[in-house]
Amino acid sequence: MTSEKNVLIKVEDLVMHFPIYRGVIRRKVGAVHAVDGISFEVYQGETLGLVGESGCGKSTTGRTILQLYKPTAGNVYFKDKNLVKLKPEAMRLMRREMQMIFQDPYASLNPRMTVRDIIGEPLMAFGEGTSKEIDDRVASLLDLVKLNKDFASRYPHEFSGGQRQRIGVARALALNPSFIICDEPISALDVSIQAQVVNLLEELQEEFNLTYLFIAHDLSMVRHISNRVAVMYLGIIVELADRNELYNNPLHPYTQALLSAIPVADPVYSETRRRIILEGDVPSPANPPSGCRFRTRCPLADTICKEQKPEWREVRPNHFAACHKI
Amino acid sequence: MVEQLLNVQNLETHFKTPEGIVHAVNGVSFTLTEGETLGVVGESGCGKSVTMLSCLRLIACPPGKIVAGEAIFRGKDLLKMSPEEIRRVRGGQISMVFQDPMTSLNPVMTIGKQLAEPLMLHLNMTSEQARKRSIELLGLVGIPNAADRLKDYPHQYSGGMRQRVMIAMALSCNPQILIADEPTTALDVTIQAQIVDLVKRLRDELGMAIIWITHDLGVVATIAHRVMVMYGGYIIEEAEVKELYANPRHPYTLGLLGSLPQIHEQKHTKLFSIEGMPPVLYQKPHACPFAPRCTWVTEKCWQENPLLEPVAPGHRVACWVDTKSGSKR
Repeated sequence: MTSEKNVLIKVEDLVMHFPIYRGVIRRKVGAVHAVDGISFEVYQGETLGLVGESGCGKSTTGRTILQLYKPTAGNVYFKDKNLVKLKPEAMRLMRREMQMIFQDPYASLNPRMTVRDIIGEPLMAFGEGTSKEIDDRVASLLDLVKLNKDFASRYPHEFSGGQRQRIGVARALALNPSFIICDEPISALDVSIQAQVVNLLEELQEEFNLTYLFIAHDLSMVRHISNRVAVMYLGIIVELADRNELYNNPLHPYTQALLSAIPVADPVYSETRRRIILEGDVPSPANPPSGCRFRTRCPLADTICKEQKPEWREVRPNHFAACHKI
Repeated sequence: MVEQLLNVQNLETHFKTPEGIVHAVNGVSFTLTEGETLGVVGESGCGKSVTMLSCLRLIACPPGKIVAGEAIFRGKDLLKMSPEEIRRVRGGQISMVFQDPMTSLNPVMTIGKQLAEPLMLHLNMTSEQARKRSIELLGLVGIPNAADRLKDYPHQYSGGMRQRVMIAMALSCNPQILIADEPTTALDVTIQAQIVDLVKRLRDELGMAIIWITHDLGVVATIAHRVMVMYGGYIIEEAEVKELYANPRHPYTLGLLGSLPQIHEQKHTKLFSIEGMPPVLYQKPHACPFAPRCTWVTEKCWQENPLLEPVAPGHRVACWVDTKSGSKR
């Protein structure tokens, strides 16, 4: 982490509920509590990893920060501006500063557009230069993500998954943003290609002093790329700490179980390690458990966990967790 | 004496596509002994699934075609059996669990009906017997209130539970071989741990052999006894699990293991990455298929494809370079 901690993104009590409608007149009967009151900060130049299982709200968190969803409650500050309160046009202009790389490189590129048009689109949307200037910029961006400049006239179907993801990275970089949300950018790729893309993201971060929010379910990759890591479960953050602290001394029982479930490519170690196997499945976010969200699967749960929501507190310096049993 | 259960020799499978013939499997030979768990590792398109599907003749023909080879299962060649015979093997003596539990169950049939189907077909059970056995099977794979849940449809089950149902179905006729094709890839880590544990427990209880296909080197390390690494339609390395992870020899295996972030990593190091992409095999390669991406490449690699040869007891590698000493073969 950089020595001076400049807060770039500050998320305050962010809540995102999606309504559920039923019946002929589409009456609202409930809500999916996708994100249920989370707060954290992202520092300038760091990578904050956000991990959790599918449906825990990590992607929704990313999208809500970018105001792709209008949050139900809470505030998101970029530098000093509250994005939630911005007018649409002001928000549109802010988007130059923050971009996103999507999970599925097959679905996130328009198959009818050439690579030049895909990467050039953000430039055109903000009226950056003439057609010739955009051509040049696209060429230099392709160079940056280590793709051949001549690829500009091709269509997405001509590329492999790893190459498409590079095109997605080039598009995200087109406007020189300072903050990029990487939403599972490598989960759709093969192992040997994952390392290529991760190395590319790291090089670009160093070159342009980028700040990443890296969303993933692959805990070992998150450990590799992040400075700090936040663990989500069913719409809330249960633990947040520096990466070595989190992986060496996980405090929350969910983090402990999650870490012990990582398959390790070492047969000798896998035989001897202590594994915690959680029972059951993640409850539905439309009807989350009372008190602590994790209590239905937690090996330590008792009555207090049922009755009271655990408080989010700093258990050790810079190590936050929400659990009654710590 | 441990008995050989399955012996596959020189298996070759092609697919006809509008762009030309894809050589998906190019002469694969391996054996499986009783009670053994064989891990098959490789990236997408390396031929790992097609190899196993070919053994059960589950390749759509056309466009697919098994052009050569044999697969001897208990003295009989699976590839030469009549359709009637192979049908009795599939789901009976050899069964399969597929990757995606969301799409491999029939959404308009109850779980109970789907579980009863193989029982009535292979074991000639009556529907009442099949129902009883289904309840036992669901219990075996850890689904609570099994009797009630037989009436449910797949969409009422979660992803992990659907995969449990798939496993229950595959185990229903006491198979001798269970082929699991990326059974945990679609699942979350905590659920993946549950399924891996379940399969290990059932393996020890029922004593079947397992072929576990995956791209995840971590999962294989926890479950397999022996591992085959595939690339470009070939087996390029094969060894006992501990030997493979302790002494990987083939440059591709070395690269794969190097590209994984270390879980004990304290200081940040750059990941090793294999440059380039896996090949699409429109021609049967005459050189080593990995040569274009290999850092150890020599002149010979471009001319001749190395055969799988032993380098240590139980450890076979297909490479012209001995990556341990750096000398050429």
